[in-house]
Amino acid sequence: MKKQTIDSKPAGPKPWYDPRVRSLFFQVVAIAAVFWAGWTLVENTLSNMESRGISTGFGFLEETAGFGIIMSLVPYDATMSYGRTFWVGLTNTLLVSAMGIIAATLLGFIIGVARLSSNWLVAKVSLFYIEVIRNIPLLLQIFFWYFAVLGALPSPRQSIEMGGTMFLNNRGLYVPEPLTQDGFGLVWGAVLAAIAAVVGIRIWAKRRQLATGQIFPTFKVGVAILVLVPLLAYFVAGSPLEWDVPALKGFNFGGGITIIPELAALWLALSLYTASFIAEIVRSGILSVSKGQTEASKALGLPNGLTLRLVVIPQAMRVIIPPLTSQYLNLAKNSSLATAIGYPDLVAVFMGTTLNQTGQAVEVVAITMAVYLTISLSISLFMNIYNRAVAIKER
Amino acid sequence: MNKTKSIVLGMALASGAFAASSAMAATTLENVKEKGHLQCGVTSGLPGFSQPDEKGNWTGIDVDTCRAVAAAVFGDPKAVEFTPLTAKERFTALQSGEIDMLSRNTTWTLTRDASLGLNFAGVNYYDGQGFLINKDIGVDDATQLDGATVCIQSGTTTELNLSDYFRAKGMEFKPIVFDTSEQTVQGFSAGRCDVLTSDRSQLAALRSKLADPESAKILPNTISKEPLGPVVRQGDDQWFNIVKWVLSVQINAEELGVTSANADDMLKSDNPNVQRLMGTDGDMGAKLGLPADFGHKVVKMVGNYGEMYDRNVGPDTPLGLDRGINALWTDGGIMYAPPVR
Repeated sequence: MKKQTIDSKPAGPKPWYDPRVRSLFFQVVAIAAVFWAGWTLVENTLSNMESRGISTGFGFLEETAGFGIIMSLVPYDATMSYGRTFWVGLTNTLLVSAMGIIAATLLGFIIGVARLSSNWLVAKVSLFYIEVIRNIPLLLQIFFWYFAVLGALPSPRQSIEMGGTMFLNNRGLYVPEPLTQDGFGLVWGAVLAAIAAVVGIRIWAKRRQLATGQIFPTFKVGVAILVLVPLLAYFVAGSPLEWDVPALKGFNFGGGITIIPELAALWLALSLYTASFIAEIVRSGILSVSKGQTEASKALGLPNGLTLRLVVIPQAMRVIIPPLTSQYLNLAKNSSLATAIGYPDLVAVFMGTTLNQTGQAVEVVAITMAVYLTISLSISLFMNIYNRAVAIKER
Repeated sequence: MNKTKSIVLGMALASGAFAASSAMAATTLENVKEKGHLQCGVTSGLPGFSQPDEKGNWTGIDVDTCRAVAAAVFGDPKAVEFTPLTAKERFTALQSGEIDMLSRNTTWTLTRDASLGLNFAGVNYYDGQGFLINKDIGVDDATQLDGATVCIQSGTTTELNLSDYFRAKGMEFKPIVFDTSEQTVQGFSAGRCDVLTSDRSQLAALRSKLADPESAKILPNTISKEPLGPVVRQGDDQWFNIVKWVLSVQINAEELGVTSANADDMLKSDNPNVQRLMGTDGDMGAKLGLPADFGHKVVKMVGNYGEMYDRNVGPDTPLGLDRGINALWTDGGIMYAPPVR
């Protein structure tokens, strides 16, 4: 503060002695140097590639890919373009990342809370889990789950059968696929109506509690509405759903939905690994809440569960969210280890096969980097918005 | 402090970019001679083609191709350093100048030749893609593979051939794509797939790595042409010629009956073909920028093509591959080198 008053004296020094002018000058020079260096690098790369006869440009995205991919969320076959293989890889990466984040968060919170349990056994088992899992490299864990999952499962002809409709073997878990028929729109309508009703009941229950102090069992009633209303609509519409049941054809099962072991192994490994870090973050968050808060809550007569849910966790979230964001970012980036076990993620499909068939390393790597950057920034942005919502508001 | 740091960083970056633009002016031969060794890209481990033994010595037919070039340039087949590369890494390593030549069972295709800035310097093994299956699935022919799950190594022509073959036959398949051939074999032996597909020579090598090689067999079908051979960067004709003609010298040597055992005696040969090959007549070496007796050194130190084949992949090796189409044209094969004259 004091320094600034000196700087802004009316009779300032000559421009080249003025710290502000000098700092501005050097910053402009530094930025120019960085830009010049960057431009020279790009220019160099392009001219070197041209002089060596290496194709450049993004035209390859239109060419026919011509290779197969085992799992795709968007329609794909070998006659489609490299642009399409990019989407297949991207959606597969997003799928396993999203599944991993959800599972790791749930598991991490449970273990983090259990780690602080007053029950000796529960606390020690959690501690053991955390210490073992987070100290083993993720790639090893992926291999372990992949080959443990595969090794334990029988071949397709000796599949484990569940009710004649679900089958489990070393090629994956085969479940029936629901095929919606005419009239299923009514069921979707019922689902929307049920959601609206539950939201309405929640608002009403909160108002009533504030006014009269009576607690309404919102959760139980909500679940009942969400299940019963669409179910009723389903039967009213005349059961407009058919099931495509998987069946053994030749070597493998056909029909239905397949969950491939690569996805299962990668999801398991990513979730379990990240959960061990999240557990520690949750523990530190809970420990950061002063013991007086718990004692005050007990004094009000709140049971343990409500104390945790209404008093401790909301305050702990402020400490938990920033490091939790990092873990989500790690998980999304670690999903690229998929390539080791043959899960067709972005790195395996696009930066692997596509790069190799086209040879356009610079373009493909640039696109892939841009994608991971976008995923990371999106997670970061979303978590920052959430963080702002739960941060302490000083009024 | 921060400002000074960023300026220094900027300068360093800029000068780095400058250095990069002025490099690469020298020819590959000059670079190799200056380094004192040849930097050769090979597979990270494929029996018969390139694999380090327990003492760390690399052996295999692809390795011998590198050694032959080193023998021609330096008169020393040991003046080679090997860079193990995966299929995905190989072309970038060559394009960026990390290696001087690539000798890594790489298929010669139009796209690679025309758009990657590379030149294929010949063929040291004519291969074709085949299928390895578990005997207990009871299949005798690839046309019975409809619906099969197939393990493949990523970044190879194999992926495209497989898809083409199944599409042409109106059959379906499920591809499981692994990063390395090790992982591919592991996936196959864990039962993840019914079939493993690769070049036939590789299948023989991979089968020998299985816990029980007898449990698997190679189907008779060959679904593609895979001419494998050494690759160099485009734009350096002298180096391209050197690699191309070292290979041709080895093939011609076999045809003329010159071996590593009789190479010294052959220096006194009356046959003008042998004289040109051995460098006792003509100036074949000088035309390539190599010593006059480079042919003699290549054959004496590494051997002719037949010796190279028999030692690494031939019937007496664990791979046990017959010469087949890799026999000389004079023996009914297609191995045919242009004349040294």
